Amino acid sequence: MKDKKKILAGLVVFIAVITFPFWFNMGKAAPAPELELTAEAKAAKSCVMPTEYMKVEHMQLLDVWRHNVVRRGERMFVNTDGKLFNMSLSNTCLDCHSNKEKFCDRCHDYASVRPYCWDCHIDSPKGE
Amino acid sequence: MNKNYMVSLIAVIVLFLIAYVGTQQGAGLQVLFGIIVPYLAIILFVVGFARRVMGWSRSAVPFRITTTCGQQSSLPWFKQAKIDNPSSTLAVIIRMFLEIVCFRSLFRNTRMRLSGGTRMTHQMELFLWIGALAFHYAFFAVVVRHLRFFTEPVPIFVTLLEQVDGFMRIEVLYDIVQAGLPGVYMSGLVLLAAVLYLFLRRVFIPQVRYISLAADFFPLFLIVGIALSGIFMRYFAKVDIVAIKELTMGLVTFRPSVPEGVSAVFFAHMFLVSILLAYFPFSKLMHLGGVFLSPTRNMTGNTRQVRHVNPWNYPVKVHTYDEYEDDFREKMVEAGLPVVKMPEEQA
Repeated sequence: MKDKKKILAGLVVFIAVITFPFWFNMGKAAPAPELELTAEAKAAKSCVMPTEYMKVEHMQLLDVWRHNVVRRGERMFVNTDGKLFNMSLSNTCLDCHSNKEKFCDRCHDYASVRPYCWDCHIDSPKGE
Repeated sequence: MNKNYMVSLIAVIVLFLIAYVGTQQGAGLQVLFGIIVPYLAIILFVVGFARRVMGWSRSAVPFRITTTCGQQSSLPWFKQAKIDNPSSTLAVIIRMFLEIVCFRSLFRNTRMRLSGGTRMTHQMELFLWIGALAFHYAFFAVVVRHLRFFTEPVPIFVTLLEQVDGFMRIEVLYDIVQAGLPGVYMSGLVLLAAVLYLFLRRVFIPQVRYISLAADFFPLFLIVGIALSGIFMRYFAKVDIVAIKELTMGLVTFRPSVPEGVSAVFFAHMFLVSILLAYFPFSKLMHLGGVFLSPTRNMTGNTRQVRHVNPWNYPVKVHTYDEYEDDFREKMVEAGLPVVKMPEEQA
């Protein structure tokens, strides 16, 4: 009918919008970020918990740590192997992982995550 | 028990299990559920959507059937309801825009009741409107938010929406229950609540249950399944986001690969989304395109100012009375029948 052109135009706009991810990333390869471990981290072999656990649960662990330190005044963390750690982002985590830009930020930027850790922890390596 | 929703529920559970079991370690169908099915679903969605809309564009639009919700444009001293009974293209555009973003026709929903046993009353019934608004906007926010898995770098409008959506920070930290990390997105919870409301409404209101078919329940359960599996992966059984983004980015940059460490729940989640996309063009969900073509809303109500000629009128071969009389004038006069023109005048 006489509105066919308008409908076709609308359809073209719709298809352009829904295929946004395809043309937005055109010609770009977006490889997964590679993390760099510092010498200390490599030497330690294992984090406070196994890597698989840390990969997906680190934010939960850090939040529980904060809760235990700030609300309960508990400082010691015992992991599944019975090893003791000081519950501290600045002194324990960032001691090994002192390369925030090449460790924390790479995945956070890739996954568009903005953790509010760095709102307070300005003693992070680049925070001065 | 009602076979319409039981069949739909079982279908969604079976679909979920197919993908979940198929991508377990050892079953090895990751390539099928992670690459082939999503591509097929996108192709089906785009091609099916375009075919459906172009089919509609060929159908007949005979006459103005505008729903008039106010005074039509008339003599100068009558105040016209410019948007509810539009007579100009601009007013139609405003009307369509408000219909699409505010669902005004749902707002007019009423419920008939007998008051005092005999008197029929019409009452405002806004819950469907509220539920529909919550559902559609939450779904939209969820879809836009998911662009963070399909773009690199992530565009600013996505990160802005994430910040607005995650405005309410809810962290529950007891020894037994720990939830709320990573940051809670309101849209996911609103989506789940709204879709459950839309489902329960179909079950508990007898008149609505009577007109509900499997085609109404199936998409609802599908969306419940998608929302539940998404919420489960985000807040409860956390998944390796970086590996998942590697997979989704592979899809949109046409370099598909299945990285290590992608969980079966994710494949099931993506399979349900693929089913939704593939099912879309063949279902009632096409109201996404159809709302733009509602003839009761997208036409001007100007039947008294403009003469509308049926657009497919073809030239009909006619034989007028004058021509008929020319053919038979002499015979008619002989038979004593009255004629318009006398033969003498013709001569």
